[in-house]
Amino acid sequence: MSIEKKMVTVYIMGEPQQVPEGSTIIMAWEYAGFQLKKGIGCREGFCGACATVYREKGDYKLKGGLACQTVVTDGMSLVQIPFVPSEKPQYDLKNLEPNIDTFKELFPTIFRCVACNTCTKACPQDIKVMDYIQQLKRGDIAAAADTSFDCIRCGLCALRCPADIVQFNAATLAQRLYGKYLALRSPELENRLKEIDDGKFDAEIAELNNMGHDDLVTKYYSRQIKIK
Amino acid sequence: MYPDYMMESIRKVEATRPQRLAIAKKMGKQVFPSMTEDEREHILTTYHPDYKKDARKELRIGPNKGEMITNEVVDIMESYPRYKSSDLDLSKVDYEVDVLVIGAGSAGLAAALEAGKRGVKTLLVTKLRLGDSNSMMAQGGIQAADQSDDSPTLHYLDVIGGGHFDNKKDLVEALVMDAPKSIKWLEDLGVMFDKNEDGSMMVKSGGGTCRNRMHSTRDYTGAGICRVLRDELYSNGGDIKYLEYVSATDLIMDDKGQVAGAIIYHIELKEYFIIKAKTVIIATGGFGRLHIRNFETTNHYGATGDGLVIGYRAGANMLFMDSVQYHPTGAVFPEQIVGFLCTEKVRSLGAQPINHDGELFVYPLEPRDVEASSFIRECEEGRGVSTPSGLKGIWLDSPLIDQIMGEGTIEKNLPAMLRQYQRFDIDIRKYPMLVFPTLHYQNGGLEINAKAETTIPGLYVAGEASGGVHGRNRLMGNSQLDIIVFGRRAGINAAEKVLAGIELGKLTLKHLDDYSKEVEKLGIDKKRISPLILPDYIPDHIKAKQMTQEYLGTLV
Ligand SMILES: Cc1cc2nc3c(=O)[nH]c(=O)nc-3n(C[C@H](O)[C@H](O)[C@H](O)COP(=O)(O)OP(=O)(O)OC[C@H]3O[C@@H](n4cnc5c(N)ncnc54)[C@H](O)[C@@H]3O)c2cc1C
Ligand code: SF4
Ligand code: SF4
Repeated sequence: MSIEKKMVTVYIMGEPQQVPEGSTIIMAWEYAGFQLKKGIGCREGFCGACATVYREKGDYKLKGGLACQTVVTDGMSLVQIPFVPSEKPQYDLKNLEPNIDTFKELFPTIFRCVACNTCTKACPQDIKVMDYIQQLKRGDIAAAADTSFDCIRCGLCALRCPADIVQFNAATLAQRLYGKYLALRSPELENRLKEIDDGKFDAEIAELNNMGHDDLVTKYYSRQIKIK
Repeated sequence: MYPDYMMESIRKVEATRPQRLAIAKKMGKQVFPSMTEDEREHILTTYHPDYKKDARKELRIGPNKGEMITNEVVDIMESYPRYKSSDLDLSKVDYEVDVLVIGAGSAGLAAALEAGKRGVKTLLVTKLRLGDSNSMMAQGGIQAADQSDDSPTLHYLDVIGGGHFDNKKDLVEALVMDAPKSIKWLEDLGVMFDKNEDGSMMVKSGGGTCRNRMHSTRDYTGAGICRVLRDELYSNGGDIKYLEYVSATDLIMDDKGQVAGAIIYHIELKEYFIIKAKTVIIATGGFGRLHIRNFETTNHYGATGDGLVIGYRAGANMLFMDSVQYHPTGAVFPEQIVGFLCTEKVRSLGAQPINHDGELFVYPLEPRDVEASSFIRECEEGRGVSTPSGLKGIWLDSPLIDQIMGEGTIEKNLPAMLRQYQRFDIDIRKYPMLVFPTLHYQNGGLEINAKAETTIPGLYVAGEASGGVHGRNRLMGNSQLDIIVFGRRAGINAAEKVLAGIELGKLTLKHLDDYSKEVEKLGIDKKRISPLILPDYIPDHIKAKQMTQEYLGTLV
């Protein structure tokens, strides 16, 4: 019951191209005959490689989005951005402390934020980008790590920021500081590491290693399933 | 939104939901009985794509000659390299390093970090950007037996039973015993695992696990890990070098039979470069973009099985390349997201697979191949739902999740899924998702031992490109684990081998000429080359006009 597709016109790097209605931007490029070599990655909205800008017919706004997740409209103008260049401070997490001074030193630009909210409007992941920058300015690393969690480093926020802040690099550091220093550690994990070091499971594992196929099958199917 | 005729079927799902909810809420009772060994065997041989009559053919070349292998894999193996040895000048070396890592998913990143830490000269090369990989895409979780009611022994049993008892035992042992240590390593690098208020891990079950053992970072588990490894590499002060947008197209050997480097290709400049290396780690991931049996795939754009080809041509053998993992739940509607993954966590959290008539027909968390086969059975026997573009699927009843686990569970635990569907006007808290199996994972690969070594001196493989640890079927959460365990082992062992002293002989590409001769004997069209590097999605009517095409099956 396949239905004939309606076509729309999009402008790829300025040239008009007919592509099926309902195509994503990536599908439109490919339908027109391009094999993309940069600015493309997972094609499912997880890697942030295909961030791009576009304009729609009759709209003065320059919009941004992920090319694999944005559906084309008739008259849309498309370009491809290979990646967003960004400054990246060097550091060794082991020598950092999870506080505001770390950000003052490594990301001094965030203190220039003018709270214009452009970044939040640009984010295809609907992250409150400005909020996490503000949280970092207050030194609230836990909150910033949480707010920025779904960031896929597409770079669209940094591309539009009037203060030239590279939000996503600051977000990654906040997340790492939280994971390493602020999250409570699991006592069970520590305990298990010790048990493994003490050789507690060695005999059991050796037994499985030496077990014949049939015994292993029996053991597998008779194991107790305890799912919570 | 769903068209009206699909809504009719959704009404049937809604009608049976209260009753299914009641069963799900009964503690300790399974919503549907698990299959017995015989039932599993029957459904796999009748419905799984691997068992279809024409799924495999004989491989006529190389170390696995004579074995029945998945068709599309045979095709990339029975292909020519891009050059003859005389086309390249091995005396002009562009880079000379101790450890060369190919592929920057989490396996490659972990390997490079471990090697670099040991003070050996390390170079990481990758096809797209650093981290653009299957590793980044994992949603569901990573397994590790760190709970008090669990043990590495139980984990071992799950891995080997899930793999149909074909797994290499030394690899399974390494996997489960290193698992808790790997979680700790990741936490020390700053990975934010989901935790309860007291700091204990929030762990879920997964297909084929006998305990709650799945650790996660919301439903961005792969990203939660991979972006941290990548940041560690980006921030290391430049000790570990990396090159993006270059693809390895073959290995270089020396006259003593050791690996001695690789040829890399710049996709845009179309230039080849020579890298001389004392050890090489292949971490190129899987092959989803080969679209086995025309299945849609969850894999990233660069997943074309390149590492398999370059390792095989140099003489490394493959294991289990007759089996392919189809993830039970790939999206089939809306059209823009066909093939995309609906993470297994959706079922871990309580969603049930329901057919056209509103019936639950399988235990939601059977091992993947069994679960996928049961979906195919429903569709082949007329109990599936058709989409406007002619695909078929079954419902995954996601609204149950909030009803079982409490309002807000989906929003908190499945933000990526929720967002994916919202982009196309479907609220998965209110309506089920339509799914069908999608090509997901390369179960087998190049054979390694517990040190991640192949039979070629100096050549290591880690991650999805390797074969043995998962047998013929990998369980959810064990791949994210495998890439950390064996990525690190490869990096550590390669560095130690370098430190112990390696003398390379004269570099050679004779193995490629020998291989080409064999391919030629099979009468293969000279235009058929591999590795593919990138898939080709240009429509036929355009391709017919692109007369400058150099190669078959790929334009790059
Ligand atoms: C959508 C999705 C969800 C998943 N969910 C889970 C999950 O919840 N739990 C779990 O355990 N597993 C999951 N998996 C599986 C798991 O994520 C992968 O198997 C694993 O990450 C593979 O890691 P890798 O490092 O071996 O390969 P990849 O992460 O794929 O990395 C390979 C890298 O090599 C590069 N490369 C390829 N060819 C070349 C070449 N010729 N030259 C140079 N570079 C090259 C690629 O560009 C890429 O960067 C999922 C997979 C997918 C696709
Ligand atoms: S925060 Fe910035 S880099 Fe991250 S997803 Fe949003 S726009 Fe992209
Ligand atoms: S765009 Fe830049 S200046 Fe504006 S709110 Fe965001 S971070 Fe601040």
